[in-house]
Amino acid sequence: MSSLSTPTEPSRWSRVWNSNIGYSFRRNPVAIVSLMIFLLIAIMSIFAPLIAPFDPYDLGQIDIMNSEYPPLWVDGSDAQFILGTDDQGRDLWSTILYGTRLSLLIGICAVVLQAFLGISIGLIAGYVGGRTDSLLMRLADIQLSFSTLMVAIIFLAVTQAMFGSETFNQYAIYFLIAVIGVAEWPQYARTVRATVLAEKKKEYVDSARVLGFGPGRIMVRHILPNSLSPIFVISTVQVANAIISEASLSFLGLGMPPSQPSLGSLISSGFDYIFSGSWWITAIPGIVLVVLVLVINLLGDWLRDALNPKLYKG
Amino acid sequence: MTTPQPLLEIRNLEKRFELDRGFLETLKFRGGKFVREKRAVHAVNNISLQVAPGEALCVVGESGCGKSTVARLIAGLLNPSAGEIHYDGQRIDNRSRRTLMPLRKKMQMIFQNPYASLNPRMTIQQALEEPVRYHNPSLSRGELRDKVAEVMRAVGVDPSWSSRYPHEFSGGQRQRIAIARALTVDPEFIIADEPISALDVSIQAQVLNLMLEAKDQRGLTYLFITHDLSVVQHFGTKVAVLYLGSVCELSDTATLFENPKHPYTRALLSAVPQLKDDHPNHIRLRGEIPTPINMPKGCPFESRCAHANSRCSAEQPRPIQQPDGSLVACHAVEEERLDG
Amino acid sequence: MSLLSVRDLSVKFAMRDNTVTALNQISFDLAKGERLGIVGESGAGKSITGFALMNLLSRPGFIDSGKIMFLGDDIVQMPEAKMRNIRGNKMAMIFQDPMVTLNPVLTIGQQMVETLMAHRKLSKAEAEQIAIVKLREVYIPSPEDRLEQYPHELSGGMRQRIVIAIALLLDPQLIIADEPTTALDVTIQADIMELLLELCQSNKVGLILITHDLGVVSQMTERTLVMYAGRIIEAGRTREIINDPQHPYTQGLINALPQQTKPGQRLKQIPGSMPSLTAIPKGCPFSPRCEFVKDRCHTEAPETVQYANVEVACHEVNRLHTDKAEEIKA
Repeated sequence: MSSLSTPTEPSRWSRVWNSNIGYSFRRNPVAIVSLMIFLLIAIMSIFAPLIAPFDPYDLGQIDIMNSEYPPLWVDGSDAQFILGTDDQGRDLWSTILYGTRLSLLIGICAVVLQAFLGISIGLIAGYVGGRTDSLLMRLADIQLSFSTLMVAIIFLAVTQAMFGSETFNQYAIYFLIAVIGVAEWPQYARTVRATVLAEKKKEYVDSARVLGFGPGRIMVRHILPNSLSPIFVISTVQVANAIISEASLSFLGLGMPPSQPSLGSLISSGFDYIFSGSWWITAIPGIVLVVLVLVINLLGDWLRDALNPKLYKG
Repeated sequence: MTTPQPLLEIRNLEKRFELDRGFLETLKFRGGKFVREKRAVHAVNNISLQVAPGEALCVVGESGCGKSTVARLIAGLLNPSAGEIHYDGQRIDNRSRRTLMPLRKKMQMIFQNPYASLNPRMTIQQALEEPVRYHNPSLSRGELRDKVAEVMRAVGVDPSWSSRYPHEFSGGQRQRIAIARALTVDPEFIIADEPISALDVSIQAQVLNLMLEAKDQRGLTYLFITHDLSVVQHFGTKVAVLYLGSVCELSDTATLFENPKHPYTRALLSAVPQLKDDHPNHIRLRGEIPTPINMPKGCPFESRCAHANSRCSAEQPRPIQQPDGSLVACHAVEEERLDG
Repeated sequence: MSLLSVRDLSVKFAMRDNTVTALNQISFDLAKGERLGIVGESGAGKSITGFALMNLLSRPGFIDSGKIMFLGDDIVQMPEAKMRNIRGNKMAMIFQDPMVTLNPVLTIGQQMVETLMAHRKLSKAEAEQIAIVKLREVYIPSPEDRLEQYPHELSGGMRQRIVIAIALLLDPQLIIADEPTTALDVTIQADIMELLLELCQSNKVGLILITHDLGVVSQMTERTLVMYAGRIIEAGRTREIINDPQHPYTQGLINALPQQTKPGQRLKQIPGSMPSLTAIPKGCPFSPRCEFVKDRCHTEAPETVQYANVEVACHEVNRLHTDKAEEIKA
């Protein structure tokens, strides 16, 4: 207990850095490299309008005559276009930057929606229990028995047909966020419910009840903060999943329109040209997608290990 | 005999935990056909107790005797299956959380495991401030801080440590903080469920002293749940010995330790390892505690009792007032079959 | 020849950036058939001592130096294969939680027969016979039926009896019991302790009883070690230690028991708490909590000295005694 007598409070950052999480991060080269790559991709895509030499959304900058230039290191390239151009003559490098931005945005927003729905439902199911719990969890089972893609395809196809493709394309990003968000809430709900059931038995919850606190306060102020570790872990994995779902839907033509391509629609638009020799239109965004999803998953793995209390007990 | 109005009174309290909840679980295949039967754990059977203001009633018994269930029933963490709980003349077991709010402040609970009874994500300041603010929303920030500092000093924890998290404290300090949290709302009645059994010997004494101090200074009344008889002798003014969900002996502490009457109480007392006596000479109990699922028809202690006869296995003994004021539920005591 | 002789045993734990000392140069002996109690609070190092004696310390803990001579061989240097033969065969361990020892998916019979056949050349039928005899020795009713049962079908007291029967299966010379009854009720505890005592006496088995309960030690053992912060601070005959403790910590521990004070009065408490392994004070580890502390206690670790029939590690042991003598005179 000698540490208690130190007068100066360590800053929040150095507390994190010296904590078990910080320590396990420093000791894990895979996690360090993954985080660096992820941050690099994230920062570049956030600042895409500043970095990108062209604006892929500006039709005035696109010249169909520039189409299908290969990347710099391949014969017949144009020095303007580092990674070449796509079938419409858009600079691939700029388009990828903007596309990654969209993919990340959709992925993160969809996960925020999932988390909101899933955490609320999971907390209520776990804490209230009984019939409410049974009802909510059966709903989750039903939801899970439809695959995300199936739900998304049906929903997006119907909306596309209802609103017409023009309106759909305009609001595609919101539809994607909504459908991916709604389709995957049971993942959160189940995890949260399981943690809540474990936390609910602990004496600090009883102690809060004896003090007269209401169920809302106990759920939000007491149980939720103690259920965050598994939520963090699945969140990383879910962001990766959401990005893949978005890419798959866009690849199938149900996602972002070709005029505002995400990584998935880029891959899809290049797919027709892959056998005519223009492999880069598909391959380069494909690699970006794979790397992005991989580093997120690696970070998720590390986080799961680091937050598992069994591992740092000894 | 005029007794002062008890602060807490429980009448014929019962608690059953259903084992078979869903409809399908209640179906059993017996003797070639399906029958519907619900099994239940009879945790508390027909217990009546009274606690007068200023008393410290200790409830002792072995694991599974229902002592913690009694505590949780009184604290409102569980709902009784039957019976009534009265606090200060008002019935409290059938009221909603909102109407109970004013009473909540008067009745607090201290738990066994100091490592689990504090929210690990709240600083000590937050943990102690929350109940005060919740029950007195009009207090200013300064008044809040004063109140927290006051209770921290009262339990012997330096108020300058209030920005730390529970994991930075030792078990004994955490239990002090848990006591401080209960004291923040100025209660008059404390339910303590094995508050020292998770602590080391030298720390047990510290916490026990703290609770005695709080009793004297704040005029607290205690319901103290424990399995440790030496603590009972020290802390309690009255003792209730529980066995399999029933009270087998209820008397003043001094009377119980001088002259235990129920065969189970005697066995329990003789089993405590003594420091001075190096010749263990305890009353051997045969068999094991029966499960509270299939409750015996007669005396719950009958299967392990050396004095049991046919009446004990047929008829449940009722608590009978003894000349020295204790209540004993035993046929053998009633019939004076036990010698001195 | 003594059964067990521990000399300057030190156990350390590898932490992130450094190592911490969990056992600091402890030495003691155990004669054949002798019963020794190791008392201390959590964090004193008593369980680690038990594990070190069985050579069962697992990462990050390791034996840093010292000798553990068991029947003439040094356990510290012993290859794992030979140690495995000693474990269970000559030395057995009983844990607080019987489920640590019992495998939940095997029947009692399977576990006992397997243990026997691993160490002895026996047929299954012979092994079963021995198992039944051992179960009867620990007063398990109808042992034949128990062989077919799984651990979860038995009560806590019954399980601990079976663990004792398994420990005795190969007629070991030493049993290390780590808080064997802490999880049990008082009436069951009394039974188990009586049983353990009886078995040790009749089979001439040495016993090391690790516990926090001075009452249990007082009834079960002939000699006692009191541990604090990884050191033995007092050692001697149990009677002497209980009746006339010399170390201020032992005195405090005994005086803190509720039995030692009149009902309703304040207990005599030791202030503070056991230091964590990472922050053991310099000099005497008990110095911050000690009422007799002198300057020297903060800088210099006390040597173990023979004093009034016990061995005690305290600088102020003489002063304590003169104080007490004066008190009696006054």
